[in-house]
Amino acid sequence: MTKLFATTALAAWLAMPAFGAQPAEGETLADRQEVRYWILDAIKSLDPQLTTTRTDSDMIRQLFEGLMNEDATGAMIPGMAESHEVRDDGLTYVFHLRDAAWSNGDPVTAGDFVYAWQRAANPETASEYAWFIELMNIANASAVVKGDLPPSELGVKAVDDRTLEVRLSKPTPYFVKTLSHATTYPVPRKVIEAEGDAWTRPGKMVGNGAYVLDGHDLGVEAVAVRNDRYWDADNTIIETVRFITVNDQNIALTRYLAGELDWFDSLPAGQYPRLKEQYPDQAVTVPWSCSYAYLFNLSDKGPEALKDVRVRQALAYAVDRDIIVDKVLQGGQTPAYYWTHWATEGFEAPQIEMAGWTRTERMENARTLLAEAGHGPENPLNLTIQYNTSEDHKKLAVAVQQFWKAIGVNATLANYEWKVHTDRLQNQDFEVARYAWCADYNEASTYLDYFRTDGYNNGKWSNAEFDTLLSQASTARNPAALYEQAEQILIGDMALVPVYHYAKAQMFRPDLKGIPTRNVMSTWYAKDMYRIAE
Amino acid sequence: MFAYVLRRMAVAIPTLLLLIVLSFVLMHLAPGGPFTQERELPAQVLANLNAKYGLDQPLWRQIWNYLYGIVAHFDFGPSFVYPDRTVNQLIAEGFPVTLTYGALSFLFAVVVGVALGVVAAIRQNSFLDYLAVGISIGAQVLPNFVMAPILVLVFTLWCGLLPGGGWSFSDPRFWVMPVIALGTSYMASIARITRSSMLEVLGSNHIRTARAKGMPEHRVVIRHALKPALLPVISYLGPVFVSMITGSVVIDIYFSTGGIGKAFVDSALNRDYAVMMGVTILIGALTILFNLVVDILYAWIDPRIRY
Repeated sequence: MTKLFATTALAAWLAMPAFGAQPAEGETLADRQEVRYWILDAIKSLDPQLTTTRTDSDMIRQLFEGLMNEDATGAMIPGMAESHEVRDDGLTYVFHLRDAAWSNGDPVTAGDFVYAWQRAANPETASEYAWFIELMNIANASAVVKGDLPPSELGVKAVDDRTLEVRLSKPTPYFVKTLSHATTYPVPRKVIEAEGDAWTRPGKMVGNGAYVLDGHDLGVEAVAVRNDRYWDADNTIIETVRFITVNDQNIALTRYLAGELDWFDSLPAGQYPRLKEQYPDQAVTVPWSCSYAYLFNLSDKGPEALKDVRVRQALAYAVDRDIIVDKVLQGGQTPAYYWTHWATEGFEAPQIEMAGWTRTERMENARTLLAEAGHGPENPLNLTIQYNTSEDHKKLAVAVQQFWKAIGVNATLANYEWKVHTDRLQNQDFEVARYAWCADYNEASTYLDYFRTDGYNNGKWSNAEFDTLLSQASTARNPAALYEQAEQILIGDMALVPVYHYAKAQMFRPDLKGIPTRNVMSTWYAKDMYRIAE
Repeated sequence: MFAYVLRRMAVAIPTLLLLIVLSFVLMHLAPGGPFTQERELPAQVLANLNAKYGLDQPLWRQIWNYLYGIVAHFDFGPSFVYPDRTVNQLIAEGFPVTLTYGALSFLFAVVVGVALGVVAAIRQNSFLDYLAVGISIGAQVLPNFVMAPILVLVFTLWCGLLPGGGWSFSDPRFWVMPVIALGTSYMASIARITRSSMLEVLGSNHIRTARAKGMPEHRVVIRHALKPALLPVISYLGPVFVSMITGSVVIDIYFSTGGIGKAFVDSALNRDYAVMMGVTILIGALTILFNLVVDILYAWIDPRIRY
């Protein structure tokens, strides 16, 4: 028998009006409804299945809409899918699409989703994000990505034009949370087949989002204007969204202050306190789901000394996270004593012993452990800290070098450009390396999966119990306790030195409303924003 | 002369070829590839990507295909990092921007630089000379990456006169700061070279003769002194012109012009092989071309030079 359950939340969504921009009472809208948003680098691709960067995704999210959207807190709300049902104990999802149209007037159908998902997985597309379809655990995803099965065998099917059925290879608690990701957005098959790679150009691009692409001057700006054919166009207030490239953060700040940008969401390190004081109604910092750490190379190629857990503990204790957060970064980041970002939905932060110690206690324990491990003035520990080119990473590495010096560890700094750094990490050519991970979806497994024996796991840490916990968690109704245990194992064995949890220190105009400051994924929709008359 | 130009052109082809092959090999020697990323790609996806862009073939074959594409179809290949665009499109979008602000900066640097140099030389040791030398030293020690943010601060934030960045072919307000920031230090060098070369020429015999004949001073300076004095300036200008019109990464970064200078540096960092090759060839070809132009100008200015 097919089990069918609609959660109360789902019922609540259906009863509620769509989450569009809704000015509060007493607010008068401004005449100019425009958002000028800062981006650091040029937009690389506007093709949902080919894009690889956050910046691209931020723009694509305005031009296309997936099955689900996120609200201001990061909770999933209906997008193209009006409602959905879960069947077969979580193995089948059935989505009922709303009556919506592409910007050229064609109806958005379940077939468009099937085409897009097959396209992402198809080896011929050679999408760098094919792994995302695998991450969603769609049936046959891995075999299709490998080329062992044709794309038509992917577990996604259009039952009719408005009904999409997805089969999973195993129950996946986070499945719905992946549906606001750009890789899963539908794309217009007719247009792509007619225009080829050029289909993402202004004038040619057809989307189903709240905005349509109006201009794209590579490396200068990309402009999107309101799409009158969007299903919720009546509740869309912002008329124009400009993505303005400014390759230098300090210049971007100057241009923001000169009134050329409305929203600058990545203040240069160390600037936030001053700006908060000067512009209390514009400077804000919000948690952002990424974690920063130093990885130990525990593979055969790594230094022998690091294989001793006491050494790893000593190194982790000695890092003074308060100094890093309060004196170096100063942008609202929080000290990290575990790996998963503290604000991740459904995550219960573990109690980590070292977090409660004073600085003196940490240093004493670190020294004792190092001595027990046989390191002292006669046999000093020498390590190399590898980081990729960036002023901020350098500042942190220098700080850590000093912290370690205090316990008698000599650290040498090694700076590599990004590609070389990554290449060395992936080949285990490092001793200690800086690393950061940003969540793919708002759930702890996106962090913890990294350290599975078969995860990306550049340091090659491995723990059977940890692996078991995570595979249990992947099908558990309420995995929070399992994640907490996994964190305890990870930190107990000190697979890494967690350093800090990210925050986005940003500035935006006081008259610009609707910027989500409680969504740790930093997912935003211009359609939810509006500007009020000052 | 014509035979000389032909000869030079003939040498240019093997030079370019050598440049292409060397850059190609060096580029592939650098660790990491275009698809090296934090999340290691599944082996199959990586293999598909490599196959799509022909990176799975032996290096000699890749070079051959690349050269064939250029010669047969003038096709510089696809960009690996900007999948929506080809290298031809990237260069066609970025180069006109760079060319515009580069050529204007060049004009600015030459006109102001030569004028300052000449004035300083004919009024040697006067207040004007000190002023000109002062300006040029000041301009020389102020690198463009310091100057650019200062310009934005002053003209955009404080005065609100100019846009702080971006580009438009129809609005010259966007051109002003890139031109000044890029041209200033070149202007300073040109001023100093012009001044010293001018001083040397002004002290030479043919100037004394011209003055002895009673020739008016402005004719002495413009006709007899300036022309020979410009020779060292011109040999400096050839490579400078090329480096100005092929872009400055600093200008592109600080003013977000969308020029190819940034694209070039990014392509190296991203291992976007085809874009990097395309811009390298563009710069190489322009360098060869303008060195030739300089040599021809030499012969035109100095009648003693014969090819």
